[in-house]
Amino acid sequence: MILVVLISVLFIGGVLAWISERINPDYPRLIALIAILLDLVLMLTLLGGDGASDGAWLASISADWIPRFGISFYLAADGLSVLLLLLTAFLGAIAIGSAWDEIKERRGFFYFNLLWTLAGVLGVFTALDLFLFFFFWEVMLIPMYFIIAIWGHENKNYAAMKFFLFTQVTGMLMLISILVLAYFHYVQFGVFSFNYHDLLNVSTGGRLEMWVMLGFFIAFTTKLPSVPFHSWLPDAHSQAPTAGSVILAGVLLKTGAYGLIRFAVPLFPEASMAFAPVAMTLAAISILYCAKVAFAQTDIKRLIAYTSVSHMGFVTLGVYAWNEQALQGAVMTMLAHGLSAAALFMLAGSLQHRIHTRNIPDMGGFLVKVPYMATVALFFSIAALGMPGLGNFIGEFLALLGAFQANIPLTVISAFGLILASVYSLWVIQKIFHGEYTSSNFDDSHLADLSRREMVYFGAMMLGLVWMGMYPQSFLDLSAGALNEILARSELIIATVVQN
Amino acid sequence: MTLADLLPLLPLLIVTGTTVLAMVVIGIRRSYLLTAGITIAGLLLATLVAAIMMPWTNQQITPLLIIDQYSLFFTVITCAVAMFIAIFSFPYLSNLNDTKEEYYLLLGTATIGAIVMVSSNHFVSTVLGLETLSMSLYGMVAYPVHTGSSAKYPLEASVKYLVLSATASGFMLFGMALVYAQTGTLAFSSLIAVGSGIGEGYTIAALLLITAGIAFKLSLAPFHLWTPDVYEGSPLPATTYLATIGKAAMFVILLRFVEISGALNFSSVVAVFSLLAVVSILAGNVLALLQNNLKRILAYSSIAHMGYLLIAVIASFFAEGTVSIEAVTFYLLAYVIMSVGAFGVATVVSNSQQELDDISDYQGLFWRAPWLATIFTGMLLSLAGIPLTVGFIGKFYIFLAGVESALWVLLGVLVIGSGIGLYYYLRIVYCMLLPATDARPLPLTGTQSLSSQGVLVVLFILLVVLGIYPAPVMSLIETISAFI
Repeated sequence: MILVVLISVLFIGGVLAWISERINPDYPRLIALIAILLDLVLMLTLLGGDGASDGAWLASISADWIPRFGISFYLAADGLSVLLLLLTAFLGAIAIGSAWDEIKERRGFFYFNLLWTLAGVLGVFTALDLFLFFFFWEVMLIPMYFIIAIWGHENKNYAAMKFFLFTQVTGMLMLISILVLAYFHYVQFGVFSFNYHDLLNVSTGGRLEMWVMLGFFIAFTTKLPSVPFHSWLPDAHSQAPTAGSVILAGVLLKTGAYGLIRFAVPLFPEASMAFAPVAMTLAAISILYCAKVAFAQTDIKRLIAYTSVSHMGFVTLGVYAWNEQALQGAVMTMLAHGLSAAALFMLAGSLQHRIHTRNIPDMGGFLVKVPYMATVALFFSIAALGMPGLGNFIGEFLALLGAFQANIPLTVISAFGLILASVYSLWVIQKIFHGEYTSSNFDDSHLADLSRREMVYFGAMMLGLVWMGMYPQSFLDLSAGALNEILARSELIIATVVQN
Repeated sequence: MTLADLLPLLPLLIVTGTTVLAMVVIGIRRSYLLTAGITIAGLLLATLVAAIMMPWTNQQITPLLIIDQYSLFFTVITCAVAMFIAIFSFPYLSNLNDTKEEYYLLLGTATIGAIVMVSSNHFVSTVLGLETLSMSLYGMVAYPVHTGSSAKYPLEASVKYLVLSATASGFMLFGMALVYAQTGTLAFSSLIAVGSGIGEGYTIAALLLITAGIAFKLSLAPFHLWTPDVYEGSPLPATTYLATIGKAAMFVILLRFVEISGALNFSSVVAVFSLLAVVSILAGNVLALLQNNLKRILAYSSIAHMGYLLIAVIASFFAEGTVSIEAVTFYLLAYVIMSVGAFGVATVVSNSQQELDDISDYQGLFWRAPWLATIFTGMLLSLAGIPLTVGFIGKFYIFLAGVESALWVLLGVLVIGSGIGLYYYLRIVYCMLLPATDARPLPLTGTQSLSSQGVLVVLFILLVVLGIYPAPVMSLIETISAFI
């Protein structure tokens, strides 16, 4: 029941925020903040019960929805889902904070879209009926499209359209795959079912299994994104308003990774095993190629976007290594990258808000003018490059450690990504904040240091990253049970296949 | 024919009576309000009667008409949509500088034709219904021909539709004659067991001729050339009628004919159907990209949607069970709802003096008339097949039918086509999101009409409710699909 409450609080909050604009244009943001904080508190109650460590479902609800095709309204959360729910609500609150002053037009509709996107994401992280999952998967797209298309920057139409087309078209491939699975269930058991646990028992077998798996894989790696489906991301990120970028980088990308862990591999263990070398190669290419491309960018938001693709490569690498350490690493990377990328996008957004440009060559020497901002930026850059003691290091280290057991050459190649990450991260800091300060290229009259409100949410994110880096066990414990459950299942199937 | 035979015909009789009554009333006293009121009330009555009769009526009335649950389901849709269009027409035509009352007679007779079509399992009633519908539509399309600046080319559109439609009917009649030569009956009957007639070659030729005729009426590519011009040239309510009832009624005939005759047992017919589907989906979607006129965009998109539907028809041959017939039925319902909605929004902001059918006319609609824009966005997203709308469930059905029958190539084309389709639907949505300009303010004339707005709200509620909780309608459609 609590899962339904979590999602409906955001849906209803969104509608209220939209309506309340008529009363007072300041109300929408307040209502949005209250709704998301309420969700955060409710989620913490999920952690109260024990059982996370043994992979049990912490909460679930199931009701008939479309009985004709065995579709049910089935939501459930285990440790893995809860971690991602917490990340979503946390970053949702931060995103509302970053939009607090930036969004001045049509506030009601903005917060409506923001909350509905988040509600869709919560649905994706908890849905265990594949039809319902697909439903939420698409529901989160439309409000995001509106956020980019209405409040975006100079080239917003192109970016919003590209974002929507990429995710929608690949989503349809996934829909076909889901339907094939449901139909196979019908053939083998006599009834249609979209229930995750039922579909795990379906044996697709043969060449078709690979094609069906690819439907899922393409949809998820487009969202993740991974080379060669990544080209929508830099456009969407650079054109979206700051809060949109935060949600995109921090949360939406994670739905792709979650889908790989929860659906793509467990549903098709054999095909995934056969496909793993290809997936890991794509991951290695993503890591190195996008790190290189990031280095060539002059638009600060595009640069961060490409680094996102690069870091998400470690997630793919970890997932397809398919052992406990690698999966733990992938989950840790998702969480840590959610915070660090969101923070970097917010820094880029607040710079753009102050000087109205994202062009790196125009900037330089800002350390003198905005010392706090420079320090905060340095912290998150260092976090992103994988400095030990911060969350990203734990994630990428574990992912590489796990991947090393699966595929040594690709792991070695991928590890070079860490070096490239240091190069571009420090290069950016050096270009923007160090050197000679010149204000000839832009109007610096609004270039003020971080406000107290900004310090609060950057501080919260720093705290999160340090916590993840210093005491990762508290997160690993939560996800371990769920991941082991998934692993045990697929290993059982693979073992029987090998025996036969 | 006894009284018991007449009872199932009640919806048809009510619509006929309404039309006659309206005609007599016009003869006695010309009143626009009264004529429109009689027509709308009659259609409402017919809708309700057909809905009430649906659970227990299943009867062949003369060899010509089959009144079963399936035909009554579409009778309900036909009458309800005709009523909605009549309501939209009222404010639209109110400033027409000509006699306006006869328009509702044409609308009434068109509806008679459509009801006959959805109840037809005999070639004679097919032709009768089709010609009644088409004849009335020629008049509706050309209705504002005497006034200056309304719909741009009503006469051109009407003549174009008349000539091409007559040609198509000719093809169809020739095909029917060949089928008759083979089977010796004009009722829809199986072509498979018949071996003694004039031979399989003629049967295939007959099927292809009939297919060509039907494809003309459904505007399946490459028989679609009339569609954009006629849609653009007609006054909006007539376009709506043509695009929704005209298509749906024809599709019901196609479905019944294909299922009863077993036409898909001939592999060449399957090949032709597949080709029609592929070409329609690709041509419709690609050509829609190039348009700036809303009516033309919707015309091309309707070509694509007919292609999607054809996939489910093809699938019905390859899989057991009724899923693909349910898919066709549900998708037709969805298509009618979202098309009436989309054209309805355009009708509401237009009138017979000035039609707003350029995309740029809708710039900033989100900020001028938020509710209208929300409804329009809902309709467009539904046409694109996005969840929360009925269009998504429809597309889900088509995908499921395709997967069941393993039509991978057609499904691939469907994915590509829908992907292209997103672009032009979103283009309209994006235009509505742009800041409003004062240069071309949108005269929201029809929006003062509460009844038109009420219809739009009803359609929007249907769109969302059927998109979120389709289970009751699904089980209804499952029941009635057994009758095909």
